[in-house]
Amino acid sequence: MEETQANAAGESAEITTAKAVWQVVRDAFGEAVSELDANPFMPFFEVLERERWRDIALFMRDDPVLLFNYMACLSGVDYPEEEKLGIVCNLESLGKHGHKIAVKVKCEREGGAIPSVAKVWKTAEWHEREAFDMYGMIFTGHPDLRRILCPEDWEGYPLRKDYEVQETYHGIKVPN
Amino acid sequence: MQELGKSEQSSLRVTPQGKGRVLIEKDLSSEEMVLNMGPQHPSTHGVLRLECKTDGEVVIEAEPYLGYLHRCFEKYAETVDYPGVVPFVDRMDYLASMNNDLAYCIAVEKLLDIEIPRRVEFIRVLVSELNRIASHLVAIGTYAIDLGAFTPFLFCFRDREHLLGLLEWASGARMLYNYILIGGVAEDLPKGFIERTREFVSYFRPKAVELQKLLTENEIFVKRTRGVGMMPADVAINYGWSGPMLRGSGVEWDLRKIDGYSVYPELDFSVCVPDGKFSDIGDSLSRHLVRAMEMEESLKIIEQCLDMMPGEEGFNPRAAIPKRIRPKAGEVYGRAENPRGELGFYIQSDGKSTSPLRCKARSSCFVNLSAMKELSMGQLIPDLVAIIGSIDIVLGEVDR
Amino acid sequence: MGLLDANISKHNVLVTSVDNVMNWARLSSLWPMGFGLACCAIEMMATNASNHDLERFGIFPRSSPRQSDLMIVAGTVTMKMAERVIRLYEQMPEPRYVLSMGSCSNCGGPYWKHGYHVLKGVDKIIPVDVYVPGCPPRPESLIGGLMKIQELVRMEQIGISREEAIKKLDQKSLDPAQLIQGERKGALTT
Repeated sequence: MEETQANAAGESAEITTAKAVWQVVRDAFGEAVSELDANPFMPFFEVLERERWRDIALFMRDDPVLLFNYMACLSGVDYPEEEKLGIVCNLESLGKHGHKIAVKVKCEREGGAIPSVAKVWKTAEWHEREAFDMYGMIFTGHPDLRRILCPEDWEGYPLRKDYEVQETYHGIKVPN
Repeated sequence: MQELGKSEQSSLRVTPQGKGRVLIEKDLSSEEMVLNMGPQHPSTHGVLRLECKTDGEVVIEAEPYLGYLHRCFEKYAETVDYPGVVPFVDRMDYLASMNNDLAYCIAVEKLLDIEIPRRVEFIRVLVSELNRIASHLVAIGTYAIDLGAFTPFLFCFRDREHLLGLLEWASGARMLYNYILIGGVAEDLPKGFIERTREFVSYFRPKAVELQKLLTENEIFVKRTRGVGMMPADVAINYGWSGPMLRGSGVEWDLRKIDGYSVYPELDFSVCVPDGKFSDIGDSLSRHLVRAMEMEESLKIIEQCLDMMPGEEGFNPRAAIPKRIRPKAGEVYGRAENPRGELGFYIQSDGKSTSPLRCKARSSCFVNLSAMKELSMGQLIPDLVAIIGSIDIVLGEVDR
Repeated sequence: MGLLDANISKHNVLVTSVDNVMNWARLSSLWPMGFGLACCAIEMMATNASNHDLERFGIFPRSSPRQSDLMIVAGTVTMKMAERVIRLYEQMPEPRYVLSMGSCSNCGGPYWKHGYHVLKGVDKIIPVDVYVPGCPPRPESLIGGLMKIQELVRMEQIGISREEAIKKLDQKSLDPAQLIQGERKGALTT
């Protein structure tokens, strides 16, 4: 019922709740977060002052209106044309409010660092390790930032768009 | 006498008491030892390596090491086009390929915004529920093997062969089906499939009960799993658990109900949560019970699908498949309930190319396994195997 | 060998060569190492389980490389795993056999082109005796591959090398095309 009403107004219920969620974060953190990108697939906002990302995460987890207790996914992304790397976090309030939102954080391509949220959501610990393994951004404050999938002595970050595979690994030829 | 006391390795502490008498004390604090399990180990499901710090029989910390089956799925997804990703998705969680395909197709279809024919939806739900049973059978069978019971494994695989036969009949492959495509399915169900599936359901119902009697009510099994690997609900959510693992901790959360994708809202089934009478909520036994109960629910869903499926007159399973899949620029996170939990795909499209710019698979096993350190703390070494088995990992999905 | 067909109940003496007896004993108790890597491991498990029952050929997985004669490389070998595979192979006692199961371990399979972390064929690191194609191979084809290993064992003699045995096996091998032709003709005439 609610959904049909929302559709009449020209937007789905998902976007309406995302807007409300974003407004709460905006009120608390002001210009540290960007405008909401209210697309129909995955509404998201970006954290502009990335030093405050951990505070924002903690706020989003513990604020009684938001209660994003569940991090569904954290994906590393490469933005070669902007010369940036970033992460996309899909958050959800599991069993409490049921709303969802995505948050993006970006950093420089070379030597960029993003505050780790591994202490906020334990899920993030391995996901951040994976993002580090694949893209090479540093997560400051991460308890155990090592490569997770590739071997420790692997060269390069495989999912970067300009990645070129190494010739040999421990004497074994890598490319076919 | 003094010499003896000097030796630091000795667990006996010798102190001279005068008059030729000595006091011998046994030093009970033992040394920490690092024990390596895997990557080749019969009861680590696949190539998982665990580095356990142990104090005697007690595990202080077990650190999992992954990546022994890292097959570069995400790199591949960026190099092949959207339909070409499906075979690779199959090979991620190779025990539940249909469910994987469904999750991926849901994500891409969300981005494409296309309407799926009703019969296709029913076929999809039917085959993925069949595959869910097959997957849970492997999970239960191998869990029994981990705990030293061989017979349930043979029972499970006997019944699984029937399921594989059905799915092979529909798709042409035994394990990796490539059957659910973006916008449709590869082929319509063969003639007689519905009748044969009904036969299977009536065959399997008593077998599931038999399996329950054989394994779940077995005292040795209960003794080995009850109260082992406890996980409270709030910690489980913080770890991002999903699927039978989360439900085992007593959280009634099933994406088939929550998201209500495909035709699941029309079907009548319940979310299985242990009631706490037979197991302690959050332990390994609860997780096993959830899987056992879910097979029964899947049978219910299958029966309803068979009853409600629209006729095949003039049906073209590939009617809604777009000629060229090139979604609009945008990002999407699509997910579905896998036998192991939430399988999500974060897909980024630039609107120009026919292959995704980024395709991240949020695999349920990867997330579930990340709690291994917490679960294993203070457990006995033999219980470690019981815990790993209850997580029901598939390394193909953990490492991708 | 046809030992069972021979009428041996009357006489207790059986004349054969040492090679034959040894090879018969070896091929009827091929113990593979319980060593699964990926999807193919599930098919290997299915082959071991009730419906296909490998134990009727005397094939039963062992947990330790020290006790096994045969290594079934079932699945994708990655760079991280490659060194472990070599070590496991080295831990196996001679005579040892390697069966490469599935496209991934044969040549890299679907991960051939962009799989930066996938070894393109396990034969780059250890010698392989029999390749079983398929992704994953059906249990029947795995059994077929194991039968080939048994044939190879049968061909071996004291004093001749593995390569020569493989050559002998090659010469003795049947061309399946003729068999199929024969079957077809038979089917047509009846």
